[in-house]
Amino acid sequence: MKIHEYQAKDILARYGIPIQPGRVAHTPEEAGAIARELGGPVVIKAQVYVGGRGKAGGIQFADTPEQARAAAAKVIGMDIKGLTVEKVLVVSKLDIKEEYYLGIILDRKSQAPVVMVSKEGGIDIEEVAATMPEKIIKQPIDMHWGLRPFEARDILARAGLPHQVVAKGGAILAALARAFIESDASLAEINPLALTADGQVQAADAKILLDDNGLFRQKEYASWAESEESNPLEFEAKQEGLTYVKLDGDVGIIGNGAGLVMTTLDMVARVGGRPANFLDIGGGAKAEVMRKALTFVARDPQVKGILVNIFGGITRGEEVAKGVIMAQADLPKGLPIVVRLSGTGAEEGKALLKDAGLDWGKDMREAAQKIVAAVTSRD
Amino acid sequence: MSILLDNTTRVIVQGITGREGLFHTRNMKAAGTNIVGGVTPGKGGTMIEDVPVFDTVEEAKAATGTDASCIFVPPAGAADAIMEAASAGIELIVCITEGIPVVDMTRAMLVVREHGARLIGPNCPGMCTPGYGKIGIIPYQIFKPGPVGFISRSGTLTYEVVALLTEASLGQSTCIGIGGDPIIGSTFVDYLKLFEADPGTKAVVMCGEIGGSDEEDAAEYIKTMSKPVVAFISGRTAPPGKRMGHAGAIISGNTGTAQGKVAALQAARVPVADTIFDIPDLVKESLARVS
Repeated sequence: MKIHEYQAKDILARYGIPIQPGRVAHTPEEAGAIARELGGPVVIKAQVYVGGRGKAGGIQFADTPEQARAAAAKVIGMDIKGLTVEKVLVVSKLDIKEEYYLGIILDRKSQAPVVMVSKEGGIDIEEVAATMPEKIIKQPIDMHWGLRPFEARDILARAGLPHQVVAKGGAILAALARAFIESDASLAEINPLALTADGQVQAADAKILLDDNGLFRQKEYASWAESEESNPLEFEAKQEGLTYVKLDGDVGIIGNGAGLVMTTLDMVARVGGRPANFLDIGGGAKAEVMRKALTFVARDPQVKGILVNIFGGITRGEEVAKGVIMAQADLPKGLPIVVRLSGTGAEEGKALLKDAGLDWGKDMREAAQKIVAAVTSRD
Repeated sequence: MSILLDNTTRVIVQGITGREGLFHTRNMKAAGTNIVGGVTPGKGGTMIEDVPVFDTVEEAKAATGTDASCIFVPPAGAADAIMEAASAGIELIVCITEGIPVVDMTRAMLVVREHGARLIGPNCPGMCTPGYGKIGIIPYQIFKPGPVGFISRSGTLTYEVVALLTEASLGQSTCIGIGGDPIIGSTFVDYLKLFEADPGTKAVVMCGEIGGSDEEDAAEYIKTMSKPVVAFISGRTAPPGKRMGHAGAIISGNTGTAQGKVAALQAARVPVADTIFDIPDLVKESLARVS
């Protein structure tokens, strides 16, 4: 799950990591009032779930409360990569002398969170990783212990950070590791970690991704969930317990099991179609889930036909067929649907579909060919 | 012959009294698996499906001499169940549970490694040796005994491809679903090694998908193998940066793309099937070449 910068900083502050004073504003007036409270120059930062806010004009500087109000008026409502800015973070402006990168990411290979530190902060770390890998110090966290303060200081020292930063920064990195582990994060970044002109070390920007599997025990953070994507359908699907990803094509796709659904997308593309989405109904789905999935996919205005591909195991073919038949009442008239069933309950399901006058394919390839032909003939 | 499971394997089920655990215990027994007991804390001393239930894995191990465990414990307690099994000296642990917090898995893997256990999964369908039985939830009836080893990251895709192999009269030695999570107990390479050493396996089918670098690592190992491997990679049409259900199937930047995996496998002289329907023919050609 994605969270906003101000929420990530809220988590960091709970672990004693220094951040600039400030608050979130939903209106220009609120932003002006926060700036007045803070006194002095402020930064207005758009709170949206995408990178590249600065380039898009989503980060503005203001010297007075009136300027802050005007800047917030510009940023709130702005479109950044398809997302509308609904709130801004107003914080005191830092006098930054140097910027560093601190990050922790879950690493499949080492089967542990890996700490990454670079003296080159404030920029795209993937760029640094690609062009100057030697500038990034990486170290897996030993999960017996977590990241101990001496290890954190050692990593910063090896990354070449100045003496004055090693002690304060080491404490920050160790705290970041605790925050990562205790919050069930899959990514936690401070970029940049700022050394200010007066010698303070602060998290000037922060990004945290939370592991969806950990949300059941992170109730407060789970309540921060907002629509993450430019497509609101994806957010709604998640709330409904469906895994839905919007794509660019016109053939809606529903299946059970991520691998099978991905293979179905590939098959549709292979026979000349363009998938409109990925939708995995998971294991053991009943008719109602199938009905919901179909009406969900059909809400995408680009969809001109839907392919349902189910391999029955714990999911039963007749339940799938019943769901498809139930959905007919809610679907646009004449929307082509091809169902392909195999495994448990496939024969019973096919009989139900036949009685209802619905089309099916004998295997994944034939079903894909049928739906692509039906969609093409509608053009 | 086969790997991991044969008629000497004594299997327990952790979470045997839960809905999923009980349902699949019945199915495993029906497939011929030698289920010797179950573990549900608090239900020790009872019987279920004609086998004894224990409070702890330690007790189950002492009473039954079990060497394998199948875990159906819900996500919040599943990593603990894995650690309990490994600590009790269980050699083969199959964890079916989906949705385990990844931080829990990083800790569970420490214990698995320290005890030298083999973990399949989590978030996997388990494994099956046709003729002997299965550990997990794979539908047993689609299999038939034969010379093809099978490894996959996905569940339903596995069943789909196995059904095609069986239809083409290509039986299987052992089939393993390694799981779709970012942190899993064992990888393609682990099972390629076992298949390479297994006299009953003549060729291997490997179904990978986007994300991670397990397929690339497998390609490196395959270069040293004497037995032929046929591969399939799903997610070729997935756009970068999109998470496609499997926590593992996310691609970012240039790592873990379908194209990269296909290229790595082809460089190891592995035939990569364009669609799953091409897999049986590629296996037949490979078998013909080696015999």
